[in-house]
Amino acid sequence: MPEKTIRQALHEALVQEMHRDPRVVVIGEDVSGGAGTEGGRDAAGGVMGITKGLIKEFGERRVIDTPITESAIMGAAAGAAVTGLRPVAELMFSDFMGVCFDQIFNKAAKFRYMFGGKARTPLVIRTMVGAGRSAAAQHSQSLYHLFTAIPGLKVVVPSIAYDAKGLLIQAIRDDDPVVFCEHKLMYDLKADVPDEAYTIPFGEAAIVRDGGDVTIVALARMVHYAAQAAETLAAEGIDCEIIDPRTTSPLDEDTILESVARTGRLVVVDEATPRCNMATDIAALVADRAFRALKAPVRRVTAPHTPVPFAPSLERLYIPDPERIAAAVRSVWSYSA
Amino acid sequence: MTRAITMPKWGLTMTEGKVVRWSVPPGGSFSAGDELLEIETSKITNVVEAEGDGTLLRVVAPEGATLPIGALLAVTGPAGTSDAEVDAYVAGFEVVAPVEGAEDAADEAVAPREIEVAGQRLRYLDMGSGGVPALLLHGFGADLNGWMFTQPALAEDRRVVALDLPGHGGSGRDVGVGDVGALVGVVEAFLGALGIDAVHVVGHSMGGGIGLALAKRRPDMVRSLSLIAPAGLGPEVNGAFIEGFVKAGRRRDAEAVLRLLVHDAALISRAMVEDVLRFKRLDGVSAALEAIAGAWFGGGRQQWIVTDSPGVPTQVIWGREDQIIPVAQAVSLTGVAVHVLEGAGHLPHMEKAHEVNRLIGRWMNG
Repeated sequence: MPEKTIRQALHEALVQEMHRDPRVVVIGEDVSGGAGTEGGRDAAGGVMGITKGLIKEFGERRVIDTPITESAIMGAAAGAAVTGLRPVAELMFSDFMGVCFDQIFNKAAKFRYMFGGKARTPLVIRTMVGAGRSAAAQHSQSLYHLFTAIPGLKVVVPSIAYDAKGLLIQAIRDDDPVVFCEHKLMYDLKADVPDEAYTIPFGEAAIVRDGGDVTIVALARMVHYAAQAAETLAAEGIDCEIIDPRTTSPLDEDTILESVARTGRLVVVDEATPRCNMATDIAALVADRAFRALKAPVRRVTAPHTPVPFAPSLERLYIPDPERIAAAVRSVWSYSA
Repeated sequence: MTRAITMPKWGLTMTEGKVVRWSVPPGGSFSAGDELLEIETSKITNVVEAEGDGTLLRVVAPEGATLPIGALLAVTGPAGTSDAEVDAYVAGFEVVAPVEGAEDAADEAVAPREIEVAGQRLRYLDMGSGGVPALLLHGFGADLNGWMFTQPALAEDRRVVALDLPGHGGSGRDVGVGDVGALVGVVEAFLGALGIDAVHVVGHSMGGGIGLALAKRRPDMVRSLSLIAPAGLGPEVNGAFIEGFVKAGRRRDAEAVLRLLVHDAALISRAMVEDVLRFKRLDGVSAALEAIAGAWFGGGRQQWIVTDSPGVPTQVIWGREDQIIPVAQAVSLTGVAVHVLEGAGHLPHMEKAHEVNRLIGRWMNG
């Protein structure tokens, strides 16, 4: 099977769905890429190159460059979705949600409910999350938990290329609004990805590694850090099971609870800031539903409760790393009441 | 003669395996067919059996060791072989694929190929050479990887071709009406495209039914049939399995359904479940499987049943604990050899690989 990067996997998903369904359109800032530059339209294909080539193949009626106004992008996309198109709208950085959140959480997320189930809003919002590029406090946050808090939105946080393609196609075919969060440091990560189109159901966690001693739940880039930590810990005789929920809404609670029922020990890793994030949410789930299985306190490994630092040296300390994950696992493993 | 036990290659994706345990102690003797050791891969756990009588002179790979395919695991030979002789053998042993280039060549040799037949891509794996070739036909929902323990063993004596049926594995998704006529037509055209005009057919489950149909259609071509828990011998089939397999989109459902296939549920690994789900998620697969399921097993009954014996030498192999097609159907044809294997479910060629390989090898050699 061919190896592809997450960038290629996402591009392929968009191309295949645009071929399959003429209602799929792409809208956002600079999605054609390069308008007004020397290279002309399509020189870049968006800031990350995901939409490169789409304008040539599908034309500007289906690949729509917008002014720099997120509220207009999200409003137009939400309206287009309820009236029959299937827009894939780009919110370049999830940090920019602040200026367009009303369109997302009061409009797109509510239409189905407000109209008594008669309206469908097949909208995908692709957006970047994550720190690690010294992009500073307003371009580096991991805000998927804010979207997750809103009923009516589905939220996808992939960690590998295979999942990225299948989940994006599922998102496009889904009849509800989906926020699709791409970690900005992971676009070049490779994995086996089929050439054909395929879908992965939402609410189905991936068990990345089987183990019986400690359960680690991690998202996006943290899945890979957890895997590195698990290798180190395996050499010490601690056998970790790693669960990647893949979607935070819906959340595959059963897979997490079943794993904790076996291991009795849980570490949740989340790149987001610690208050009201996914680590907190999953810790609460397990405390509520699997309390009697627990042999140790649940540990959360997260960023500190501060803005993301710009200075590379501080940013490195800010992001959870394999050493901190391993330390948390050791602490729950050696815990005795 | 001193001989090596090496890490086998089971399936297209296996690169290394782990020695779980040795069943024979160092210095212990064994007979042909005895279980020597158990090996675990990322997909499957199975045993390696002795091909002949001998003594386990030295264990090179201890329990727990993970080694690449072709690596030396142990040295066997006649009892009383000197330590010096074993030392020399170990020192002189060369792993088949130690260098980059050789590894590529080895991979190339066992990589599946594609061929265009009647406007559709078919994937197949061609191993071995010489003799009257054997054709391996998998069952409903499976693919050529299901022959991972069968094909390498049979290919020591002859050319062995394993095919992905339409709608399955790496082949195209057009199954036509999906019934036996549609599928046997594709198989016949495939053999024609490869220039094969005489063939031993080994078919499992639905693939066995296709083998029966091919023998009826081309008695001139089919030299023998080895049918493993074949479809087409009676009306009963586990309708819940068929429906569950077609519908399963999530790990939990798929795992429960796949466990029905085997006597020992430990054979169904997480990776195997994931492989099945990855296949089922591809566009077009659900429609293809639904069409085939309806045409062959609609309403939970087999829709195509043969009553007269095939006009070619035929043996039927069945697992006693089969939960998909009842073993009682093994005796529904007259004039065929019947082998019922204990401790096996619907996949005896995986659960009792060595026994099944021996039966098929003997049958093809007449």
